[in-house]
Amino acid sequence: MLELEGVDAGYKDLQVLWGVSLRVGEGELVALVGPNGAGKTTTLRIISGLLKPTAGSVRFLGRPLDKEPAHRIVEMGIAQVPEGGRVFTGMSVQENLELGAFTGRARKEKEQTMKWVYQLFPRLEERKGQRAGTLSGGERQMLAIGRALMAKPRLLLLDEPSFGLAPILVEQMFEMIAEINRQGVAVLLVEQNVRAALELAQRAYVIENGRIVGEGSGDALLSFESVRSAYLG
Amino acid sequence: MSTTMVAQSLASGILVGALYGLAAVGLSLVFGVTKILNVSHGELLMLGGYTSFWLFTLMGVDPFAGIPLSMFALVIIGLIVYQLLFSRLIKLPTEDKIRTSLLVGFGLGLVLQNVALRLWTADNRGITPSYAGAALTILGVRLPYVRVASLVIAFVFLVALQLFLQKTYTGKAIRATAQDWEAATLMGINVYRVYLLSFVLGTALAGAAGTLVAVGYSVEPVMGLHWTLKALIVLVMGGIGSIAGTLVGGLILGVTESAAAVWISGNYRHVVGLVIFILVLLVRPQGLFGAKEG
Repeated sequence: MLELEGVDAGYKDLQVLWGVSLRVGEGELVALVGPNGAGKTTTLRIISGLLKPTAGSVRFLGRPLDKEPAHRIVEMGIAQVPEGGRVFTGMSVQENLELGAFTGRARKEKEQTMKWVYQLFPRLEERKGQRAGTLSGGERQMLAIGRALMAKPRLLLLDEPSFGLAPILVEQMFEMIAEINRQGVAVLLVEQNVRAALELAQRAYVIENGRIVGEGSGDALLSFESVRSAYLG
Repeated sequence: MSTTMVAQSLASGILVGALYGLAAVGLSLVFGVTKILNVSHGELLMLGGYTSFWLFTLMGVDPFAGIPLSMFALVIIGLIVYQLLFSRLIKLPTEDKIRTSLLVGFGLGLVLQNVALRLWTADNRGITPSYAGAALTILGVRLPYVRVASLVIAFVFLVALQLFLQKTYTGKAIRATAQDWEAATLMGINVYRVYLLSFVLGTALAGAAGTLVAVGYSVEPVMGLHWTLKALIVLVMGGIGSIAGTLVGGLILGVTESAAAVWISGNYRHVVGLVIFILVLLVRPQGLFGAKEG
């Protein structure tokens, strides 16, 4: 469904990604793990179109993405939950969700999707009138995911959804992600919590210094010696 | 000093203050969303005033009925100015964008002043429909009808804008873009269209404000900087993004100016505004009503 082929990218004079190739199949849950600054977030930004590659190609459902402006890519079926969630703090929970369904296709099914999101995250429904700025860290993260789901994506990009959450919430968050995936949404998960991510994912990529250095099923990478020593201690 | 005099100055202050609020809300909207600080906002307001001056003197269009026309004229001017000048800055980092837009705005202001000088001469121009001199007198306080009507219209515009931003999808997209343009992009919002729309909405509001200034007071080519300054003071007082704050800020500025004119001297009326400006920046930089980030 999603294919990156030899992607180079960076900011001004700093090249971050070097020939990154990866793919996510229909309905798959794929993890992208690696240390801080390895290029995980940059890879997601390339897919969502916030950053354009300097070389290589990005394709989604057979269509090239590298010329599409970011706001069009959402409409094509890719939603990104940015690091830290970045909910609109000055607006209510419900308004945040409504904005998630901004594109034409999703807007028509807004009510329906909102019911689904409230089913997934009952806490959000309890707080729907509340300003997003008053939510706890975990609730903000739920809202950010719910807001992304409002776009009715076929592929969900998650950037560090467990960051800053208490351990018990991390577990719930990962269960939630598995549930969303079971309901048919493909997921590309970027995580520093490597063990949890590899346990959850069907396949995973390891990225270091902007290069993909490992690829395999989650279980295989978990037992992979260099991954064990580098990330699992 | 008589009570009537105090009441009269209070009333005059409120009447002009509503216009300060309306002038500021356009500037505030543009700055809040695009991070362009358009210091030629006062000149755009002036063009709104001259537009209705022409409509009235050349075609006999009543200034109040002509408000939509002068707003439309300013939409066109806003589109041209944005596409030609400000759209080139839109992708700069915020700090650079503010600095560069100041320069562009000052330049544009100078150009517009000279255009006005050519087209309408340096004379003060006002619009004087048949009802211009009529006034309501309550307990010796004189309230000219045109200024009272202007107050009501300014208020209606501010409420309408507030409703638009709160209730409509487009309004929500504008607020989202103002808060975090990248997150807004990830919602599928074309933020560049939002920037254009906000800018043009701002110039349209300047057009409306200009008409009300022309009919209640007068317009002249050098008025722009004066109105930009008032709008900036109000913007700082009201806090960016708070429409109610902008209205209250405008009223406070109008009332303190008239009070200063009565109790100190007419020469000092514009000084108080600047003093308030500095005090607010020192004590409450987020504005009297502005919310802190968070």
